[in-house]
Amino acid sequence: MLRDITLGQYYQADSVIHRLDPRVKLVATIGFIISLFVVDSWIGYVAAAIFLAFMIKLSKVPFHYMVKGMKAIVFILMITVVFNLFLTPGEPLVSVWKLTITKQGLRTAVMMAVRLSFLIVGSSLMTLTTTPNSLTDGMEKLMNPLKCVKVPVHEIAMMMSIALRFIPILLEETDKIMKAQIARGADFESGNLIKKAKAMVPLLVPLFISAFRRANDLAMAMEARCYRGGEHRTKMKPLCYHAADRAAYCVLLVYFAGCVAIRIWL
Amino acid sequence: MSLILDHVNYVYGEDTALAVHALKDVNLVIPDGQFIGLIGHTGSGKSTLVQHLNGLMQPTGGAIYYNGEDIHDKDYDKKRLRSKVGLVFQYPEHQLFEIDVFKDVCFGPKNLGLSQKETELRAYAALKQVGLEDEFFYQSPFDLSGGQKRRVAIAGVLAMKPEILILDEPTAGLDPKGRDEILDQIAKLKEETGITVILVSHSMEDVAKYVERIIVMNQGSVLYDDAPAEVFKHYRELEKVGLAAPQVTYIMQALAGKGMPVDTSVTTIAEAKQEILRVLHRTV
Amino acid sequence: MGIIKTDKLTFEYIRRDEEGNVEGITRAVDEVDLDVKQGSFIAILGHNGSGKSTLAKHINAILYPTEGTVWVDGMDTQDEAHLWDIRQEAGMVFQNPDNQIIGQVVEEDVGFGPENMGVPTREIWERVEESLKAVGMYEYRKHSPNKLSGGQKQRVSIAGVIAMHPKCIILDEPTAMLDPNGRKEVIRAVRALNDVEGITVVLITHYMEEIIHADQVFVMDQGHVAMKGSPREIFSRVEELRKLRLDVPQVTLLAHELREEGLKLPEGILTIEEFVEALSRCR
Repeated sequence: MLRDITLGQYYQADSVIHRLDPRVKLVATIGFIISLFVVDSWIGYVAAAIFLAFMIKLSKVPFHYMVKGMKAIVFILMITVVFNLFLTPGEPLVSVWKLTITKQGLRTAVMMAVRLSFLIVGSSLMTLTTTPNSLTDGMEKLMNPLKCVKVPVHEIAMMMSIALRFIPILLEETDKIMKAQIARGADFESGNLIKKAKAMVPLLVPLFISAFRRANDLAMAMEARCYRGGEHRTKMKPLCYHAADRAAYCVLLVYFAGCVAIRIWL
Repeated sequence: MSLILDHVNYVYGEDTALAVHALKDVNLVIPDGQFIGLIGHTGSGKSTLVQHLNGLMQPTGGAIYYNGEDIHDKDYDKKRLRSKVGLVFQYPEHQLFEIDVFKDVCFGPKNLGLSQKETELRAYAALKQVGLEDEFFYQSPFDLSGGQKRRVAIAGVLAMKPEILILDEPTAGLDPKGRDEILDQIAKLKEETGITVILVSHSMEDVAKYVERIIVMNQGSVLYDDAPAEVFKHYRELEKVGLAAPQVTYIMQALAGKGMPVDTSVTTIAEAKQEILRVLHRTV
Repeated sequence: MGIIKTDKLTFEYIRRDEEGNVEGITRAVDEVDLDVKQGSFIAILGHNGSGKSTLAKHINAILYPTEGTVWVDGMDTQDEAHLWDIRQEAGMVFQNPDNQIIGQVVEEDVGFGPENMGVPTREIWERVEESLKAVGMYEYRKHSPNKLSGGQKQRVSIAGVIAMHPKCIILDEPTAMLDPNGRKEVIRAVRALNDVEGITVVLITHYMEEIIHADQVFVMDQGHVAMKGSPREIFSRVEELRKLRLDVPQVTLLAHELREEGLKLPEGILTIEEFVEALSRCR
């Protein structure tokens, strides 16, 4: 069940976007998200859509693959739309029972839906084209200045990459323990919420114990391999910018400037 | 009373490009009271097969009958089936969760909806069957040694009073003595209760020593299904699929190769000893 | 002095009950003296709970002796100044293949040790390449460790240690969770390291067939060394091994049992060839 979530899971392909430095992609994603809030006119959204479509095309990730991943968040999208639709005050458009749809409400709802879906597609484009590993590398490097204010940047990045490595292992383990308890007559499906929550105990206790055991083992293995935090450490795959990365920053800059221009003059 | 697999097929991720045919046309009859060894290298489909036997997985083709009833019929009681076909997973101690040993063993029978008294009686009997001493009953299962934990986990399944007991590599990670103790206990249990035992194992030596029938799986199908002596005659074919015969088989083959008229079909040390002595005494 | 030397190594830990009161003291390792020559292949046998893993963790300075001393290449493990040198020189491979791989790609995992040591980038790549080739996992360098078999994962772990250029490598039951084929793969890789690269190997196991090629075998029981000798010497003491919860390869056992029946077979037969040879002399 958990495995079906494809939202943002790395999609192997050989494209310009895949080869970009993760820092560029991180910055671009943040820039794109900000641009969605900068523009507030239809022309602006068209510009964002063109930019996004162009990037998707370059990334060689099939569009239907991205849409499939979107399914998981349709629910959130719906809630946002419904709330905005009915709860924005203004000039009434349609009135059904006690609920009123206003002109402003309709406008905000549609805008929010567009913004949100662009936002999600945009950020999943980053995770689809960047391995979790280089993503953590990129974050570590980008956040490096924060070290001055005592933020444990290296540790955060290391924790993230270990978590990513162990997610599939723990999922498999969950599946195994679940089956073992079902074989002992456990029932994870029927009953009310309280009964269901109670039924999780035989699954969660062994899972936690196993996670702690693994963490303990891993810490020991890391120490045995001379791990002592971020200091003195060299990188096997150090990040450095290439021509394509600089070009990408230029493209981003042009796009962002365009968005600002649209906001001001159109 | 038997378990029948009729043309069972299982395909992972059917309808996708990555479909894997994990079980291919498996036909088996598991009658009452047999001690069966199930062997095959990792990925041969034996784990998938085992999970079909108690209804944890549903075949994508074919049917499974327990006592004549199709276990995937709409109104078939799966929970009852799982109590009748007990499955002990690999490293079963990882499923322990209760605060004491006794409570953990009670989990199975309690799930069957039995009375408190019956549950406790069964748990007690099961712990006795696996040879755990009373002094451990009220200890936390996490404080026990590896071998003891495993016994508790096996008792947890036995307490459901299964008619068929499937053990997926019950000796993995144990030391030689621990391994012998567990296997002897299972053999004794089988002797006393007449339960059907299916032992999934990588060790040909263990399988040869205990079981009366061996099922060899390879690439999702049954390669051999016969008495140990017959199966190990195919030791060269077994090697080709990443398995081997017990060392005894190779010893006897080597002796026969040197012109010693021994019966090469013996599979255990005790048999080999008798056979060598018989031949030597005749020739001396 | 050899590459690894221990002098009356003793390790105790305090057992506590649920309230935290001291219940007693357990001596996990009891006055063990070892002296391992550079380039040799040592096996440490023992049943579960015999103290063999605890002993192993001392060599890598993960645990420190309660009493006695451990030297790795002449450095006392209790001397903090040498901690990282010791961990680099005495690499360690653990039992569970999943719980010691840190990287999400094989090559990145192998590079983890050298990265920690501060090896320059270009040299890390060279080390990763040679280490993966040494264990025969070079073709898998771009794979995710999750997709590998148990034996392959352990070989990656071994490569991860070799990339640190250790003088010796300690393997703590590396095959306990593997199937027979995985076990063979790992043992083959370990033997190659010892033969070809000349790395000192300390192999901890309870599978008897894995120690046949060792130069010296130590059998542990209740924290102390119960038996010591060449594999042949150890295997000729079948009854003692059984008392220590261990067993011997089938061929050794068969020879032993036939000897009990009065056949004139030598003790400590290790291979089928030896057995056939000895038996043909009996006829």
